[in-house]
Amino acid sequence: MSTTITEDQIESLVVESLQTFGANPEDITREATFEALDIDSLDLAELSQIVHEQYGVELKGSDVAEVKTVDDAIKLIAERL
Amino acid sequence: MSAAEATAATREGCALVTGASRGIGAAIAGALAADGWPVAVNFRAGQDAAEEVVAQIHAGGGRALAVGADVTSQVQLDALFERVEGELGRVLVLVNNAGVRADDLALSLTDEDWGRVLDTNLTGAFRTTRRALRGMIRERFGRVINVASVVGPRANAGQANYAAAKAGLIGMTKTIAVEVARRGVTVNAIAPGLIDTDMTGDLDGELLSAVPARRAGTPADVAACASFLASEQAGYVTGSTLYVDGGLAA
Repeated sequence: MSTTITEDQIESLVVESLQTFGANPEDITREATFEALDIDSLDLAELSQIVHEQYGVELKGSDVAEVKTVDDAIKLIAERL
Repeated sequence: MSAAEATAATREGCALVTGASRGIGAAIAGALAADGWPVAVNFRAGQDAAEEVVAQIHAGGGRALAVGADVTSQVQLDALFERVEGELGRVLVLVNNAGVRADDLALSLTDEDWGRVLDTNLTGAFRTTRRALRGMIRERFGRVINVASVVGPRANAGQANYAAAKAGLIGMTKTIAVEVARRGVTVNAIAPGLIDTDMTGDLDGELLSAVPARRAGTPADVAACASFLASEQAGYVTGSTLYVDGGLAA
């Protein structure tokens, strides 16, 4: 599975999820912090769940707690695939 | 159409009631089915009784499914959710009702009886809630109803384990309620007092004289409250404990 998922696809999933959580689409960049996007720990827990459903990888709460920016999240997911 | 029926009719999902083969659980399953929810009637040992609850719901024109699982087993709960989600849809109403008693004075209460009651009545509710929240969060709608007890907020000699579990359930209710409130998911507790069921048959004497209403409650009294808490109209009620006890805890 890991060989077929590109970073662009992960980015699309993350961006789409953040929009669902209420982040302003114009503010979502790779460098944007979750704090600035008003994305909280519940949103990140839901993102972990979406990633699990889509890609079958488990992100631990302790991993996700270290994630500060959109780029961090995409890289973390890519690393775990 | 009642308010609760309106909720059920507009949502694609189901209700899951744990420990629903008899007593309060069976009454709640019946009430939610009457409100229009497809209902998963969970049982641990009472399959025949659970099938009877399902048959009654079918006779009333509702949808229901009897599904066995011990809430102390994560593996069995996962299998339960897989089956229920496959046959009835996402669990949007969860009633954590499964509970056991193993009474004794604290001086002689064994670790085994302490652990069994905590594992079923408190940890079982947590496990089931954690699993059900996944679907509720995604749906932006959910109703978790924890069946607690006046025992916990109130003392009852011989039930230190039960009181600890039920008081814990009320604490858990409040914290999970604030964690998920902005996703349209409410989490509330119902605290029944002395309710006339198989499980309380041996309790009435002393406790009954302390009930201001001077009567035991019925499973239907509790089910009516669950029906309200599951409804669309109860969307702003969360983290609360609704006492159904004839004034016992007042």
